[in-house]
Amino acid sequence: MTENNNTQHQQQGLEGSEATNSVNPSHKTREQIAAENMRTVKKLAFVVVGMLGFSFALVPLYDVFCDLTGINGKTSDQAAVYEAVEIDESRTIKVEFITRTHSGMPWEFTAQTAEVRVHPGEMSEVAFFVRNPTSRDIIAQAIPSVSPGTAALYVNKTECFCFQHQPLKAGDEALMPMKFYVDPQLPKDISVFTLQYTLYDISAKVQPAVDVAMTTANGE
Amino acid sequence: MSTETATNTQDTHADGQHHDEHHEHHIPTGLSRWLLTTNHKDIGTLYLWFAFIMFLVGGAMAMVIRAELFQPGQQIVNPEFFNQMTTVHGLIMVFGAVMPAFTGLANWLVPMMIGAPDMALPRMNNWSFWILPFAFLILLSSLFMEGGGPGFGWTFYAPLSTQYSNDSTALFVFSVHIMGISSIMGAINVVVTILNMRAPGMTYMKMPLFVWTWLITAFLLIAVMPVLAGAVTMVLTDKYFGTSFFDAAGGGDPVMFQHIFWFFGHPEVYIMILPAFGIISAIVPTFSRKKLFGYASMVYATASIALLSFIVWAHHMFTTGMPVAAEMFFMFATMLISVPTGVKVFNWVATMWRGSLTFEVPMMFAIAFIVLFTIGGLSGLMLAITPVDFQYHDTYFVVAHFHYVLVTGAVFSIMAAVYYWLPKWTGKMFDVTLAKWHFWCSLISVNVLFFPMHFVGLAGMPRRIPDYALQFADFNKWISIGGFAFGLSQLIFLVLIIKACKKQGEPVSDQVWEGAEGLEWEIPSPAPYHTFETPPVVK
Amino acid sequence: MKRISTLLVSAMLALSNSAIATTAAERSDVNLREGVTDISAQVYDLHMLMFWICVVIGVVVFGIMFYSMVMHRKSRGAKPANFHENVKVEVLWTVIPFIILIAMAWPAAQTLMAMEDTTESEVTILVTGSQWKWHYKYQDNPEVEFFSLMATQREQIQNKFEKGENYLLEVDRPLVIPTGKKVRFLITSDDVIHSWWVPDFAVKKDANPGFINEAWTNVNEPGIYRGQCAELCGKDHGFMPVVVIAKEPAEYEAWIKAQELAAIEAKAEEQRLLALNMSMDELMTQGERVYNTACVACHQPNGEGLPPTFPALKGSAIALEKQNIPAHIDYIINGKNNMPAFGKQLTMSEIAAVVTYERNAWGNNTGDMVQAKDVNAFINGK
Repeated sequence: MTENNNTQHQQQGLEGSEATNSVNPSHKTREQIAAENMRTVKKLAFVVVGMLGFSFALVPLYDVFCDLTGINGKTSDQAAVYEAVEIDESRTIKVEFITRTHSGMPWEFTAQTAEVRVHPGEMSEVAFFVRNPTSRDIIAQAIPSVSPGTAALYVNKTECFCFQHQPLKAGDEALMPMKFYVDPQLPKDISVFTLQYTLYDISAKVQPAVDVAMTTANGE
Repeated sequence: MSTETATNTQDTHADGQHHDEHHEHHIPTGLSRWLLTTNHKDIGTLYLWFAFIMFLVGGAMAMVIRAELFQPGQQIVNPEFFNQMTTVHGLIMVFGAVMPAFTGLANWLVPMMIGAPDMALPRMNNWSFWILPFAFLILLSSLFMEGGGPGFGWTFYAPLSTQYSNDSTALFVFSVHIMGISSIMGAINVVVTILNMRAPGMTYMKMPLFVWTWLITAFLLIAVMPVLAGAVTMVLTDKYFGTSFFDAAGGGDPVMFQHIFWFFGHPEVYIMILPAFGIISAIVPTFSRKKLFGYASMVYATASIALLSFIVWAHHMFTTGMPVAAEMFFMFATMLISVPTGVKVFNWVATMWRGSLTFEVPMMFAIAFIVLFTIGGLSGLMLAITPVDFQYHDTYFVVAHFHYVLVTGAVFSIMAAVYYWLPKWTGKMFDVTLAKWHFWCSLISVNVLFFPMHFVGLAGMPRRIPDYALQFADFNKWISIGGFAFGLSQLIFLVLIIKACKKQGEPVSDQVWEGAEGLEWEIPSPAPYHTFETPPVVK
Repeated sequence: MKRISTLLVSAMLALSNSAIATTAAERSDVNLREGVTDISAQVYDLHMLMFWICVVIGVVVFGIMFYSMVMHRKSRGAKPANFHENVKVEVLWTVIPFIILIAMAWPAAQTLMAMEDTTESEVTILVTGSQWKWHYKYQDNPEVEFFSLMATQREQIQNKFEKGENYLLEVDRPLVIPTGKKVRFLITSDDVIHSWWVPDFAVKKDANPGFINEAWTNVNEPGIYRGQCAELCGKDHGFMPVVVIAKEPAEYEAWIKAQELAAIEAKAEEQRLLALNMSMDELMTQGERVYNTACVACHQPNGEGLPPTFPALKGSAIALEKQNIPAHIDYIINGKNNMPAFGKQLTMSEIAAVVTYERNAWGNNTGDMVQAKDVNAFINGK
């Protein structure tokens, strides 16, 4: 039995277990084998459940991975706090803004300034114009995307309309502000990057909240 | 191959015949035998027949694809149905043909190779087979739904498979879940059998390579099939239950789907090729009459391919837009895989070197495998190079690559295995003339079919298109002709197998092939219904 | 086996020979093209380097195997040797491939760095994919933006007309870029994932909905360059070609100025049309034309669609009942479910015409007429 236990332990390391020379004793009873089998099945079933959990854990892990590598060019959905960093006047970064509305989103959406040139560390403020020309109230969500993706890690927004849902009543228009600064750590080879906002009509998805949101919008 | 394998004579050798008869009357007959069987040989047979039928069904879909692409212009099917054909062809060949065929071989051979009386969990074995036909019935029936079946490719990239698909997606997801459960149960069974049921003296480093490669494959299956299940579940909830895993509007990311899918998908590719390595490593030494060269390095190479398969997934998605550093990492990691794969090819060649070679049908398929799989491997190396991959990606060059590794690789190895072990299973030599016809027809047609795909791919023909520009017309005609010929050649195989199942042919010896070594060649031919009820002792 | 291998090797050689004979701008039918940018030439060189390394590896490995197959046959009396391992040899054939890999990786890394050069470019174009067309917007000349649809006639696809030289690779409005300048493409999508590919530039980048990707090119030679969507994007994935015309900078400047003027004029024209009422005949003629470019792929020439994904218009409530006219216009402008939004692609008068057409064609004889000003009223919420 000792030899057998030995085998079991070595099995844990799967590919690492090739060196084993243990021998299964020939006199195991059927019950012993069955019990042993059940133990192994339980371990493997545990792995299966674990991997299923892992597949869903990949969702938050992917976000972490993106935050580390800038793999998908998403900026943070949390407001940054402006840290009084030194302004690097030796570099000028061109930031371009692209505004798009997703298929079926009827708003007009334009950037007031198509591009700004900023020094890393310097705060800048830009605004985006929106108008809901339709006869219905619509709630929008803006989704940011930066290219090259790496630059997304160095865009710090202290205020952005993309942090919240943006409701507009029929026929209304608004100016949506965005304040940001570029981290001076921005890699040297990046001198220009593009920040795109895509507006989605999410009224259907957040329907129960629409009325509340509209009331708030009126209050402003 | 272990150095000196010898059975416990008391069990099989001397009393083999008697043993056989002793159990024969326990075998139930008719339909219930097959429905209720827990015998690893019966279940192996079921898996192999199922795989073969699915191979013909998926092949029929390939014929539709090739007929449509025979010449430019819309010919016989509309673009929607064309997409459904490419999608279901891929799903059926991967999950319905190649994987069940390998599971069938594992069922037949693993217990016989390690001296076990049966698989460790015989009743689960029955279940893992019998849910499989239902999975494919569901998938195939979705084709007859209003609006047709899934048409988003076997890779079901979101959002095409979520917001932009029809309701057959629900059936697709359900069927993939069942396939996954079946594969996971099969894999657990293989692992438990190999870990716990080996005969005394059958140490890990004495196990035949087929057993080794299957052990590693089973671990890969257990690791990644749940990830596939997760991915399809997310597709389902995104489509029907308002989640936004892959929808940018809700804070998700469609590219994340590809990361999750290929985290499953790349190990999946090796699930379909590692058992093939085991098969070739059994056949080449037999017909070289020489031991396998570098047994230990074969085991290490298999393990390292399996481990590397977890860190190369993003080479399928270079064009999605990744930081340069990530592109470099995945390029280098992918290139690394060619080292252990190369070791395997070199070892097979070294096994043949200064052997005493004969070229029976299994060996013919094995040699074709080595050459054609290597061609597929070399084009894989080219695909690993990121800057050039931008040009190759999603063209017929990729189609050529993966059909070389999966058809002339995995499928040829399965055919080699069937020819190699069939006489052991039936006790009769198969029809060698037919087998040679099958080999030569398949070999020539498969190259007419897939080799020109390299050319059209490089010249710029995208994959998954139902119609193409005129400069690709000549090659596509040849590809289609090759395709029809390859499809017809498999009917020879069907006839041969039916003849073999009717037990026609010359009786064979226990060893069957002159140079064959291993426990399965020491039991009688045909293999009795029950083998190794008392474990043999392996010295 | 041997015959087959000779066949394969000669096929490979044939491939490389014809590749050598191919000059820069020429299109090869069997090999990658060298293309018309420095990057595409580098990519081509890398491809050929990889190809030859693979050929050499193949020839050596298969050569040894075939030698063994001939010389070590049992029928020639070969007796099996007894070796089955050799650490030295095994280490050697692990290390040598590794060195070859490094030799491959070095130039590959160089090319990759050159491709991803993010420095400022002179022209920026926003490329948006949608089912199944491309949209181009010149960021430096915001007035200039247009959709680019496949121009091959359906009759050619259905084998009724003879297929033209650029069958499936021709568009109504090609993208125009200047030569000798760094051009940046910002690539994104409106619905599913597409992939924008021009082989001659060695540029292929996925268009991901909600996300933006970048690619750059600097074209050396003026000419017309054709590519296709490379990512499965649904039914008509095979029918969304990319055509790019590279013009000398001066010609390009003239072109873009003309486009700007035309865009401004078109806007004025649209305003003028708002005041006009078109006759039924005019609406039907224009409507049919619009239908055949924008709607026919899904709703089919007979208006019967491909249900359930693409519903029928013939006999449908939306196209028959009078109170549904606003909903009908809304569908076309904003889309719904699988139906893409056409508000950006079609002018108000075109929308008016196609609505009228759909309400009066195929036996939908409602007699309803919709004018551009009705569409304008709908857009502005009246």
